[in-house]
Amino acid sequence: MDVAIYAEGLRKRYGEHEALRGVDFSVPAGTVLGVLGPNGAGKTTSVRILATLLDADDGTARVAGFDVASHPHEVRRRIGLTGQYAAVDERLTGRENLRLIGILHHLGRRRARTIADDLLAEFGLTDAADRAVKGYSGGMRRRLDLAASLVAGPQVLFLDEPTTGLDPHSRNTLWQSIRDQVSAGVTVLLTTQYLDEADQLADRILVIDKGQVIADGTPDELKRKVGGERLRIKLVAAGDTERAAQALGQVGIGSATVDDDGVTVTVALAPGIDAVAEAAAALAQLGVTVADFGVFRPSLDDVFLSLTGAAA
Amino acid sequence: MTTIATTGATSSPLTGTINALSDTSALFGRHLRHLVRMPEKLLSVTLMPVAYVVLFGVLFGSAMSVPGGNYEEYLMAGILAQTMLTNVSSTALGVATDLGNGLVDRFRSLPMSNTAVLLARTGSNLVLSAVSIVVMSAVGYLVGWRITSGVLPALGGYGLLLLLGFAMAWLGALLGLVLRDAEAINSVAFLIVLPLTFLSNAFIPLGGLPGWLRAICEWNPLSAVVIVCRQLFGNVTGAVTTSFAGRHPLALSLLFTLLLLVIVAPLAVRAYRRAVTR
Repeated sequence: MDVAIYAEGLRKRYGEHEALRGVDFSVPAGTVLGVLGPNGAGKTTSVRILATLLDADDGTARVAGFDVASHPHEVRRRIGLTGQYAAVDERLTGRENLRLIGILHHLGRRRARTIADDLLAEFGLTDAADRAVKGYSGGMRRRLDLAASLVAGPQVLFLDEPTTGLDPHSRNTLWQSIRDQVSAGVTVLLTTQYLDEADQLADRILVIDKGQVIADGTPDELKRKVGGERLRIKLVAAGDTERAAQALGQVGIGSATVDDDGVTVTVALAPGIDAVAEAAAALAQLGVTVADFGVFRPSLDDVFLSLTGAAA
Repeated sequence: MTTIATTGATSSPLTGTINALSDTSALFGRHLRHLVRMPEKLLSVTLMPVAYVVLFGVLFGSAMSVPGGNYEEYLMAGILAQTMLTNVSSTALGVATDLGNGLVDRFRSLPMSNTAVLLARTGSNLVLSAVSIVVMSAVGYLVGWRITSGVLPALGGYGLLLLLGFAMAWLGALLGLVLRDAEAINSVAFLIVLPLTFLSNAFIPLGGLPGWLRAICEWNPLSAVVIVCRQLFGNVTGAVTTSFAGRHPLALSLLFTLLLLVIVAPLAVRAYRRAVTR
């Protein structure tokens, strides 16, 4: 099986609102596709169609070799789904949650028990295994949720914004667990609002907006499209702005932009520390007083700005 | 897709049925754990009915006379039946909670039976109903209510009450899946339960009502169930009228409850199969 997830011409309409307007993509087995887009772009709708929760109005989708519309049951046997909510039962313990999922996968009680214990250990939840999930932290819940989607050893894993609302430490832990799955050969489709998350995990990134694919490529290709790091400075005197913008325009890529406040100037820089040093030197030479000087990576906003011309 | 949607391309209908039963029992276990871990839920189905028996018995009992017997005796079947109606909102709220926190999405992404999820939910509600029936009967005994018929008719009466409770739980499952929102569920459930309860013979003998109102009350399915229970428990039934509804309560109560079940259960399963969070 070369292609683990295949979608062609997916369309979905909710009343007047067109959630998906013909989405095509395919994910080679054993790779990670990051689906990037703002709220309401159609990320979740795509995942729900592929995970057999929702029927597409038009188009075809195959997951793990089976058509989602004609063989949903076969698809369900081969997928794991982790949604935006930690979909676990709060009143049950972590162990009970995982056992329940194993039994509902018809693995048999004994195997369900062994797998639950193994997953609890793998996700660092053994100590909390017999406590009700109600008392778990957000990170623990997400880990349990991810573990629940792995109970039957899925070929394809759908992760719908798996780290939204998590602190950086929990996010890193979850990222590592996802990487472990990928190195075990699992195909992953991951939706996210964070560029760095897609950058960290995905082999390819699909950017969707308003139900359509607007960009598709490796993280590097995409970043090249958007431009590298940006320098943003804030000046003390508005009178210096024009000169500073001109100087930065010469060291940066493209011309510098001035914010509405009249003292903040932003410019895209070539990669590497040299470009930052060059910009600092240029400003020093001008003799302008800089209140704030910072380099940042393009955010999702920047991706959208450059791909669509509109803010996310 | 078949009704029990576990049959895949490779599995036989028999394995499908076995899997569906295993799914139901696993989820039934989940709900029983909930009951044990939420004592407040058990309290609401035991304390409330007890309060009803005592309050209504004392309040209405002192003001109401029932031809051929005392009010406590008349009241019990009515309160038992009325309690079965509360299954509408409790099942609906449970289903809506699972829908809201993503559990329904998870279950629907598993290769399991859709029917099992609702069957386990309504079945576990029946356990709750049975508990409250037992508690209420005990309290009824303390205030002087007696079953004067025999074991078999009494069991028949309890069986009919549970059948009503089961049908109401399925109605609740459908409402929960369609309405999704706790406030909406509470108001709609109230609109269903209130007229069924009070436009019936559950608390008052119908003899003194004007003809048109009495006709409405007599055709109320709850009245049919209550009359049958009173007969099976050997309690005073109030003035039995000569109308069709009054003469055939058993047929009507079975017809109403089974008809509701047959209509509502497939609709609920259908709604579940399409339900997604949000």
